[in-house]
Amino acid sequence: MTTEGGVQYSKIAEIKGPLVVVDDVENAAFDELVEVETNEGERRLGKVLEVGNGKAIVQVFEGTTGLSISGTNAKFVGKVMEMPVSKEVLGRVFDGLGRPKDGLPDPIADQFIDINGEPMNPEQREYPKDFIQTGVSVIDGLITLVRGQKLPIFSGSGMSHNLLAAQIARQASVVGTDDDFAVVFAAIGVQYSEAEYFRKSLEESGALKRSVLFLNTADDPAIERIITPRVALTVAEYLAFELGMHVLVILTDMTNYAEALREISAAREEVPGRKGYPGYLYTDLSTLYERAGKLNGKKGSVTQVPILSMPSDDITHPIPDLTGYITEGQVVVGRDLFRQGVYPPINILMSLSRLMKDGIGEGSTRDDHAEVANQVYDAYSRAQEVRALAGIVGKAGLTEIDLKYMDVGDVFEKEFLSQATDENRTIEETLAILWKIVSKLPKNEITKIKDKHVEKYYQGE
Amino acid sequence: MTAQGRIVWVSGPAVRADGMADAKMYETVTVGDSKLVGEVIRLTGDVAFIQVYESTSGLKPGEPVIGTGNPLSVLLGPGIIGQLYDGIQRPLKELSKASGSFIGRGITTTPVDMVKTYHFVPTASNGDEVLPGNVIGTVQETDLIEHSIMVPPNHPGGKISNLVSEGDYNLETELATVEKDGQNVPLKMYHKWPVRKPRPYNTRYDATVPLLTGQRVIDTFFPIAKGGTGSIPGAFGTGKTVTLHQIAKWANSQVVVYIGCGERGNEMTEVLVEFPHLKDPRSGKPLMDRTVLVANTSNMPVAAREASIYTGVTIAEYYRDMGKDVVLVADSTSRWAEALREMSGRLEEMPAEEGYPSYLASRLAEFYERAGRVRAAGSPDRDGSVTLIGAVSPSGGDFTEPVTTHTMRFIKTFWALDAKLAYSRHYPSINWMNSYSGYLGDIAKWWGENISEDWFGIRNEAYGILQREDTLKEIVKLLGPDALPDEEKLILEIARMVKIGLLQQNSFDDVDTYCSPEKQFKLLKLVVDFYKLGQQSLKEGAALASIRELPVVTSLLKARMDIKDDEMPKLDQLENDMKEQFKNISGVKVTN
Repeated sequence: MTTEGGVQYSKIAEIKGPLVVVDDVENAAFDELVEVETNEGERRLGKVLEVGNGKAIVQVFEGTTGLSISGTNAKFVGKVMEMPVSKEVLGRVFDGLGRPKDGLPDPIADQFIDINGEPMNPEQREYPKDFIQTGVSVIDGLITLVRGQKLPIFSGSGMSHNLLAAQIARQASVVGTDDDFAVVFAAIGVQYSEAEYFRKSLEESGALKRSVLFLNTADDPAIERIITPRVALTVAEYLAFELGMHVLVILTDMTNYAEALREISAAREEVPGRKGYPGYLYTDLSTLYERAGKLNGKKGSVTQVPILSMPSDDITHPIPDLTGYITEGQVVVGRDLFRQGVYPPINILMSLSRLMKDGIGEGSTRDDHAEVANQVYDAYSRAQEVRALAGIVGKAGLTEIDLKYMDVGDVFEKEFLSQATDENRTIEETLAILWKIVSKLPKNEITKIKDKHVEKYYQGE
Repeated sequence: MTAQGRIVWVSGPAVRADGMADAKMYETVTVGDSKLVGEVIRLTGDVAFIQVYESTSGLKPGEPVIGTGNPLSVLLGPGIIGQLYDGIQRPLKELSKASGSFIGRGITTTPVDMVKTYHFVPTASNGDEVLPGNVIGTVQETDLIEHSIMVPPNHPGGKISNLVSEGDYNLETELATVEKDGQNVPLKMYHKWPVRKPRPYNTRYDATVPLLTGQRVIDTFFPIAKGGTGSIPGAFGTGKTVTLHQIAKWANSQVVVYIGCGERGNEMTEVLVEFPHLKDPRSGKPLMDRTVLVANTSNMPVAAREASIYTGVTIAEYYRDMGKDVVLVADSTSRWAEALREMSGRLEEMPAEEGYPSYLASRLAEFYERAGRVRAAGSPDRDGSVTLIGAVSPSGGDFTEPVTTHTMRFIKTFWALDAKLAYSRHYPSINWMNSYSGYLGDIAKWWGENISEDWFGIRNEAYGILQREDTLKEIVKLLGPDALPDEEKLILEIARMVKIGLLQQNSFDDVDTYCSPEKQFKLLKLVVDFYKLGQQSLKEGAALASIRELPVVTSLLKARMDIKDDEMPKLDQLENDMKEQFKNISGVKVTN
């Protein structure tokens, strides 16, 4: 080991997968940032995963391709990885490690913040209950999003989750213009075209100057994906809790993140949990998702809409499964509806917003909202049963009331669910369609709505 | 002599230190220059393996590790109720004073306010011989909790002297001296107890008194007894947390310990925001006056998550020893098991199923065995109970995974949550075919004596209808509903009424959120009576449609929301309406 200006340089003993093992290490700390330097002067970043007995295991974010044992030095920087932040990050594009990618110089830093963040003290959280109007009926009416919530979109390959996420980002930022808002977008191993779609969409709506983009595309180093959501969330927290902005964070695609994590775990020869993912996948994901929220005495909020593609559309796969256990609900994109050409193809029965109950009702949307939403959920669920039955006994074998439920199913999908990607419906419009659906049913089928609301809004005979 | 060593290796929450020959197993230690809290979990030669309860980011080999000589303990005394603790009993409010909105590291606090004074009323006298567990006096901890000051279980006991007179004292005041074999040991309002060691009691009873939760599907169909054990497994989105919150809100216990173990931060915030405003239905006092929260959310250090379960259950046992009924709710035991798995992996132990350690089952068994209804140690006689309810989060909703299957071996009430029911918005989504209660027979006596002699019979009739429906549904799926005769179609209709009118319960509705046992019984009886009247009418030749379309059907389905607990005469009125309407169908028939 040599020391130069207070920083240590050490030799590499072993390289395997994304990891390098560094020898003769003194004074390195767990989690410390490492600069790996080749003889040619190329510098890559990494961090300490394990340290002791003179050795350190270092994970290299840009990958180990081209590194050699003899020609590589590791430098322990003496601090954990930090992201420089200031108001100037707005409107900028960064790479997956938070370095400028738009050809402009580094933003002048106001603060340097540890990208791992610290856990929010539950006692200091403010319970999220401010309704966000996204203008998308199915979200506003049935899977309501509130400020400070983490509500993922569970999708599958090739489906229209990006259109939906971009529509939410555009339309949610337009309402409540008196508040400061921002969009933080993190592309994690997605195709260039998808990342570009978001950028353009934000540009066209004029939201780009209030956005920060972090791009790790499919051809960028996989291990960098561990860092991308962390730098993005660090910036989001700064904008929200230091500058008082309402920040919407879109992370896509979390499946790629989990795969990068699995790659490191495998290289460390850890005992795997399900499907080869590490046993700590839940804990690791929670350190990202739990960075959404609101804090007592602070003006801003961090709202997360992570997107993940379910391998083989399987919701029980560890990635959607563990995500669903952490997030406050999920928006599930349905393959059947997508095939039928419905947009947005949301399977409402599998979708849920846990914070909806507190974000709706008198004072935020309308006092009948919860009840009419419950009734529509119930009716659509019945409609699905009737459809299955009709598949066996034929339409002729259905009772009169069954046929009414069939009708409810059709109206729901055609008039409520379906909308154009640039159609921005108010909550009043959304509620009106919900009542139209309920009004297809005779009054004695309405078991979830109090009489006073039925009297006021029911339009059936 | 306490151990003083040096860190030699760090990986996540696991640290190895040498020079630790004097360390004891499960001793707490301070780790590193920033004095993080850790616990010794393995000793090899002079190397100690330590799990650290705080983030180890920035920790270096060479930093000191110092033993405390004590096992991981909680402080037990007045001031615990109403607190929000982390997994190792640090009050989160105090932590926020030290480090703001985010949780910092190496902060030391006391679990309760040591200088706050309480009004102490002595019940013992100078010269009394006391044994461990004896009550020497009481203080009023909150409006709802009279807190007994007991001789600690690990105290030798002896003769009391210097007992203070009634008055206001703080926790550090010496309330009395106890003399035994020439040794004087002071007694204070608090003592410490190691969390991994169950507190002793005198005798254990059978669990025969129901814990009433105000939730119909639980109390009426799958009840749990005071001092019993229950488990609530379910995939995400099936409503585990809402059901647990409902139990914590409405259970008829004197103390509730709610452990958020590796779950969402906002859920703990919700409890903190909501409970001070909710009134206990029996006393009318804020629910927070009987609640203790232990929060180690998913993003907080994983080792402290493992400890949080023990911290919670030790606090529960302490209040049990005062003769109180305590309910402990742990959400979720799966995250606790994952914490075990993570530490086991770092210890490089040989894994059993799905990477979980082989001692997972025995740890679960030890935990659930800390439930029970007991006669506490010492005098006066006090009977208390600890009811343990654990959520399980099976991966992929698969109940054959290790945590669920092992848990099922050690609990007696099983509330199986069903994603299909949740998708159709049937909440609570407790599946009536897969759930069971081992306490049903034991607690039937209570219902018979306190609510109605007919309870057990009627409950079983209603459950029988659900079972019949389950078989009939298969036929309907294959052949359509027309394949069934009217008598069986009636069963489908009644099952629908049981499901919508009884099993479903809207926790967000002001009225429906809590249902008194009287109302539960009356609703149940109305539906079963409807079934009998319906059968009768069919026999007399009435058409099924005329039964189905009786106006009383909708009223019955909505009665859970429309009729309040204190409006029981309205249910009697409904019964009269029902009989009247049936008479009219039968009447039409007679004129035919």
